[in-house]
Amino acid sequence: MLPNTYKLLQKKKKAILELWMKNQLADEGLREDLISNDELRSQSEELVSALIGNLSSDSIDDFNSDQWSPVIEILGGIAITRARQGFTPRETGNFVFSLKEALIEVLQQELQGDLQSLFAESLKVNRIIDNLTVVTFETFIKGREEVILRQTDEITEISTPVIRVWDGILALPIIGTLDSARTQVVMENLLQEIVETGSSIAILDISGVPAVDSLVAQHLIKTVSATRLMGAECIISGIRPEIAQTVVHLGIDLSNIITKSSLASALAYAFKAMRLEVRKINAVQKF
Amino acid sequence: MDRIPILRMGNFLLVTIQVDLYDRLALTLEADLVQMVKKTSAKGVLIDISAVTIVDSFMGRIIGNIASMSKILDSETVVVGMQPAVAITLIELGLPLKGVHTALDVERGMNLLKSMIDDFDDEDIEEDPDGSLAE
Repeated sequence: MLPNTYKLLQKKKKAILELWMKNQLADEGLREDLISNDELRSQSEELVSALIGNLSSDSIDDFNSDQWSPVIEILGGIAITRARQGFTPRETGNFVFSLKEALIEVLQQELQGDLQSLFAESLKVNRIIDNLTVVTFETFIKGREEVILRQTDEITEISTPVIRVWDGILALPIIGTLDSARTQVVMENLLQEIVETGSSIAILDISGVPAVDSLVAQHLIKTVSATRLMGAECIISGIRPEIAQTVVHLGIDLSNIITKSSLASALAYAFKAMRLEVRKINAVQKF
Repeated sequence: MDRIPILRMGNFLLVTIQVDLYDRLALTLEADLVQMVKKTSAKGVLIDISAVTIVDSFMGRIIGNIASMSKILDSETVVVGMQPAVAITLIELGLPLKGVHTALDVERGMNLLKSMIDDFDDEDIEEDPDGSLAE
């Protein structure tokens, strides 16, 4: 880049910012519901200052140079905030691309007479902004992934409640797919609860498990065996016909495990095993 | 050398392991227990491992061995009070301790032993291979 070009850009910083803001505000995709105009302006101002302040003849050609790190840092911060606020990728991309338009428009005004250098300079501006866009997207996606990861953790936490249905009987409804990590949590919660309540029967209800493959079955068998080692009995309930079909077709042996079709029949079995009886009261009694 | 005490309670032997087992101690226990079963002709052995927090495959095998040996000497083994972490470890190691009866605590373990012996004495029927519930 010609030495006077970045001086020129530095001189025209104010104009670039104004142009950029105008572009952004004119854009249909402006999300006033997610970010206020003042906030947008301060974000933009910070980025323009960092970008233009760090322009020099060295940094233009080498995007890996240290001079870019403040700009990347600011841009990364903006991208992550936007990912969390729920901006779409397109809106985040447009945020950076509209800066390119502003920069090129300023260059166009200043270098009107000299088409050759206008073209060369535009190319360089293009390259810088493209690099910045890539950085923005990388950070944006990373921000999104963090959100997903956190939600996954939360789902794992909340989706494995151990319910005490009766004195000495625990029930554990499993909703969603069972993977290794989740089985670990399920097993730990269940065994811990068995120790705390001194329960002798645990019912594992899998009516909320969409599919059972050999791995899931393996996990179930592990949980049942661990419960048995603790000195309690584990019943698997809520087996749908399709699941029974898959299990047999896969050749998984569940004959050592007590299985019941519904939670109700599992509970009935548990009552029987504990020598309890549920009876209908003949006379109408007031409670 | 340290030894784990084996207490006699009527027809049963009671072993409470209050320290973390190391290999030599476990081997000594295995030998002592088998001797004791023979000497007292006990009908049941109850092993309380509620204080054991660390197990490895060797220890899992020793517990399985003790159960099998007692079985040959006509006495049932019940392991009680296994910690959740220990249970998970044994399962992950692929040692589901088949043939060993389990119970949550000493009291339930005793009841289980009694019911097994009673079943055998009174009705002379075949014993439930899965180990009936502590009732």
